[in-house]
Amino acid sequence: MDESLCYNHRPALQQNLMSEPLVRLENVRFAYGERAILRDISLSIPRGKVVAIMGGSGCGKTTLLRLIGGQEKARSGRVLVDGQDVARLGRDDLYAMRRRMGMLFQFGALFTDMSVFDNVAFPLREHTQLSPELINDLVLMKLHAVGLRGAARLMPAELSGGMARRVALARTIALDPMLLMYDEPFTGLDPISLGVIGQLIRRLNDALGASSVIVTHDIQESLQIVDYIYFISEGRVVAEGTPDDIRNTSDPFVHQFVHAEADGPVPFHYPAGDYATALTGGAA
Amino acid sequence: MGGVLRKLGALAINGVWRLGFITRFFWMILLYSGQSFTRLHLTIRELYFSGVMSLLIILVSGLFVGLVLGLQGYETLQRYGASDSLGTLVALSLVRELGPVVAGLLFASRAGSAVTAEIGLMKVTEQLKAMDMMAVSPIARVVAPRFWGGVISMPLLAALFSAMGVFGGWLIGVVAIGVDDGAFWAQMQAAVDFRYDVINGVIKSCVFGVAVALIAVFEGYDCVPTAEGVSRAITRTVVSSALAILALDFVMTSFMFRG
Repeated sequence: MDESLCYNHRPALQQNLMSEPLVRLENVRFAYGERAILRDISLSIPRGKVVAIMGGSGCGKTTLLRLIGGQEKARSGRVLVDGQDVARLGRDDLYAMRRRMGMLFQFGALFTDMSVFDNVAFPLREHTQLSPELINDLVLMKLHAVGLRGAARLMPAELSGGMARRVALARTIALDPMLLMYDEPFTGLDPISLGVIGQLIRRLNDALGASSVIVTHDIQESLQIVDYIYFISEGRVVAEGTPDDIRNTSDPFVHQFVHAEADGPVPFHYPAGDYATALTGGAA
Repeated sequence: MGGVLRKLGALAINGVWRLGFITRFFWMILLYSGQSFTRLHLTIRELYFSGVMSLLIILVSGLFVGLVLGLQGYETLQRYGASDSLGTLVALSLVRELGPVVAGLLFASRAGSAVTAEIGLMKVTEQLKAMDMMAVSPIARVVAPRFWGGVISMPLLAALFSAMGVFGGWLIGVVAIGVDDGAFWAQMQAAVDFRYDVINGVIKSCVFGVAVALIAVFEGYDCVPTAEGVSRAITRTVVSSALAILALDFVMTSFMFRG
């Protein structure tokens, strides 16, 4: 086993990263009905860092974000955000916590009946008593940070996929959150937009002094911008490490994922009976 | 036999579950309604979309229903030499029954389906989830204003429908056929009681407004977040609203008008 990856023991750097984490999941289990999604997951999101959570489709990555945001409750285990158990928070306390969180949805989730400006102003108008002049300035600053100040009067339908994602990012950081969550932020973007979004995630995290969790499939982009990576498969953390650890690993699962190999620990074929028997008339 | 019983049981359980869920949803709307009235512009916007945008179909339909009532009413009444009572027949039919019921059915088709589609599409595009993650309650911000927009619009639209229907009846009866103008209005004035007829009609239209608006927002909020799910939700809104209006109409009529 590659010792640079932390399965059972963690090098000093990782230990340091893990001190006083902003988010901590302790032995979390979650299921939709009878279908188990997460089986005994434990991980930490250190303060000020950008952490990626990776894994195949349907492995429970987005569910993790929903647990951190309090949209779902774990069957067992604890999800701690800034020391508070999310599942135990009442509605008002949960909303107070969410005001310090920002979440970027896969396709932006912009409000289609509002302009770009009004979308970014939305959380400021809902949660602050700031004057319209101050809100105007703040919105323009947020839009400038994502390079779209000139698009303030456009409607979401007039934006490209990459621009919509950047507007949503501006809206996500409107209240200067402590925790930024990104659900598949690179999906469906051209290489230029993908690079722009990646760099914005890194720069905004550092500028705001926030912590970021990125749920993504995009290994190459993630390796360039994140501080730490968790790999999830079948509801468990199967590997973790820094980008350098991941690049140099010989772990079969991570190797298959990083090099996009069709077959490996994650099999190409869905489990089925004997092929020859199926072709000669037996049950598949 | 066992399979049929199981299916019936599942259907009954699902029905009870949905009834419980819609009741809880209604309670949540009432709980969050304060916010939609403190930010009145949200409710006024929905009043415009549900009420003002439905005006054309309501007024035109009201006129045609009045025209048909005038023709049919005259044809029947003149057999008994009571054609002067045309005004009474048109007004009572509209104020007591046709106004609230037909306006309710039209309102469900025009505004109810639009509300369901809008909320359903917001769900499909994760706008409701995004709002919730921004610590803004979608029920307070999206659902409650649309609900109250529907509830307030409905009696106003029903009143306009009835007024337009009476005008249609007058056009056919007095202007086209030649029924006496004075008799038309005087008999109507004498026969229509404000409390017994008009107020009961208004109560009916208010109840229909609550039913249609609740079904519309619930179906949108509860829909499966796919294109097919939204389409099914819109169909359910129109069908359930129509059934609810007709069933509630029967119940209310049996209590209100006992002769």
